[in-house]
Amino acid sequence: MSLSTETPTQSSWYKRNEIAVTPWLFLIPGVAFFLLYVIYPIFSSVSVSFYDWDGLGEATWVGLGNYEELYWDDAFYVSLRNNLIWLVLYLLAIPAGLLIALFLNQKVTGIRLYKALFFFPFVISQVVVGLVFTWFYDPSFGLLNQFLGLFGIDPVNVLGDERYVTYGIIAAGLWPQTAYCMILYLTGLNAVDPEQIEAARLDGAKGWRMLWHIIVPQLKPATFIAFVVTIIGALRSFDLISIMTNGGPFGESRVLSFYMFEVALSEYGFRMGYGAAIAVVLFIIMLFFIAYFLYSMYQDDKGGR
Amino acid sequence: MFLKSKSVLASLAATVALTTGAWAESHAKLSGDLVIFSDMSNPAPRAVMEGMVERFGEMHPDLNIELTVIDREAYKTQIRNFLTANAPDVANWYAANRMKPYVDAGLFEDISDVWTDPTLADLASTKGAMTLDGKQWGVPYTYYQWGVYYRKDIYEELGLNEPANFEEMKSNCQAILDSGRKCYALGSKNYWTTGGWFDYLNMRTNGYDYHAKLTGGEIPWTDEGVAKTFANWRELLDMGAFIDNHTAYSWQESLPFFVSGDAVEILKGNFAVAPLRDAGLDDSKLDFYQFPAINPDVELAEDAPTDTFHIPSGAQNKEAAKEFLKFVVSADNQTLINNGDNLGQLPVNAKSSVDDDKFLKEGFVMLSQNSPGGVAQFFDRDAPAEMAKVAMEGFQEFMVKPDNLDKILDRLDRAAKRIYK
Repeated sequence: MSLSTETPTQSSWYKRNEIAVTPWLFLIPGVAFFLLYVIYPIFSSVSVSFYDWDGLGEATWVGLGNYEELYWDDAFYVSLRNNLIWLVLYLLAIPAGLLIALFLNQKVTGIRLYKALFFFPFVISQVVVGLVFTWFYDPSFGLLNQFLGLFGIDPVNVLGDERYVTYGIIAAGLWPQTAYCMILYLTGLNAVDPEQIEAARLDGAKGWRMLWHIIVPQLKPATFIAFVVTIIGALRSFDLISIMTNGGPFGESRVLSFYMFEVALSEYGFRMGYGAAIAVVLFIIMLFFIAYFLYSMYQDDKGGR
Repeated sequence: MFLKSKSVLASLAATVALTTGAWAESHAKLSGDLVIFSDMSNPAPRAVMEGMVERFGEMHPDLNIELTVIDREAYKTQIRNFLTANAPDVANWYAANRMKPYVDAGLFEDISDVWTDPTLADLASTKGAMTLDGKQWGVPYTYYQWGVYYRKDIYEELGLNEPANFEEMKSNCQAILDSGRKCYALGSKNYWTTGGWFDYLNMRTNGYDYHAKLTGGEIPWTDEGVAKTFANWRELLDMGAFIDNHTAYSWQESLPFFVSGDAVEILKGNFAVAPLRDAGLDDSKLDFYQFPAINPDVELAEDAPTDTFHIPSGAQNKEAAKEFLKFVVSADNQTLINNGDNLGQLPVNAKSSVDDDKFLKEGFVMLSQNSPGGVAQFFDRDAPAEMAKVAMEGFQEFMVKPDNLDKILDRLDRAAKRIYK
């Protein structure tokens, strides 16, 4: 027993600082990869955006030249406009998801099957979603135009008409995104306190008032997550555009991320600097949302304590 | 994302070697690995590529050939990655300006010494397309003509003849429109399909030299000649000659309109013949004419895109790669791979024979005798990549919104000033 009193003086530096050091040891792999694959590329993109570089040969310093050209580039404004349309309309997935979740949140035979069917579009690949909707919109044999034909309406060339194309792709994107929001709300609804509902019912609340004042406030965490994933989904809406229109007709369905890909990496794209400049603009837009998310999470943390 | 098949043919080659060993002695001894990346992913070209590898492997039993076939569209974006990071010994690409970025970056090997080989003297006609800065950077393996393919049965039904000039082309089209059909199938979701129309309209309106100067950046897009080309194009647009909603279709998706007879003609390369025949159009229904003259003062010129093989500068086994290139362009191999059962295109070697196929024969005669103005590659191979992209997008916009022409040409001019500086 007398030996044990001597051990603390002999213990290693690690033993003495175990509590402080161990969390950092666990964090090292994550932090290292985060620095390498997220933080470093951000600075690297910013620096590339000051060069004229084809990705193969020598890079030439052009200062703000790429940004100046962006300012005069019509295609950039089309992409920016489409990004905004995406941001606004994609949010429809949240109320739509809530609606379906409320509808499915009941106990009847086979409800699991219905839930699975509604969740299905989120499980299948975005590429498949894109293809399915491309056929759905097809002007000659697509289901949509066959249906419109029943009412004597001429075929609408959704994906080939610059007025409709962005909305057509967003509609395709909403299909899986709604399913995602639905599943978030379904789990949220499980956590709704039945006593509060009981109490509200006794006070005579029902319908809209019940939903808006009792249910929705309790779903706030689910709403927040749904909002975050939907905004992120809207800003990285690349795969659907690539599959359904490849940016066309004449570039009218491009968003910033697709435009960046096109000028820097696609078949005819050899302008890394210009692509990086677009990426920086997109990053600044995202920064607003990231700042907001971080701020509101910070506020929640403070409120929780 | 891409189709990948590695066929290591070493074992196969080894077994064959037992029987042909004596014959292989006469060839240069090659050993080690030969890595080939190919974009010949469509069924027929893929079989051709695999066949060539097999036959080359038989000739060089000690050589271990690894073939990787990559989807043709995906290949176009992957090439720059593998050329810089993981270079094969042989890679497919395209001729003329399309190879310029890789030549400028030093990623393709200068193979002028291969071209001094006497067997390559028979390739003189395509040497120009392989030459940049006075050196040769690859070898061609096939080329094909472009032209107007039409439904012979519907032409006969309407009593029409192949047009000899633009007026007849338009009057034919009017007759077709009056019969309730459309004249031209088009799938402009692939922007390059509009590039074909521009190439022909511009070469017929202003001539080959003008076209070459325009794609080379010596003539501004705001030039009067360009405006004339678009005015001719607009005449067809105003007639409603093209199928509706062409922006929604890829080139493959536009073929069913032609097959069903809803559209009677299509401007396309000879590669369209195989799928059209597969769809049931035999020679009594499918025929071909050379795009007719528009301006009688300019000589006829044609598009004939050339597909190529190159040696990346990072290749490990350049000796074997050069032998493979010589094998590809040899007269016998050219005759074989370009015949109707294989690629169904034109051989690049003058000593090869053109297959006994209606379209190949007509195409060969057209290119060798009836194209005095010159032979262009194709819009996206003659113009630099960035310019081609902006321009073809503009062509598509023009075909949907002809009234935007001034805006489009201003945009192209601005892009040209940046790209050709």
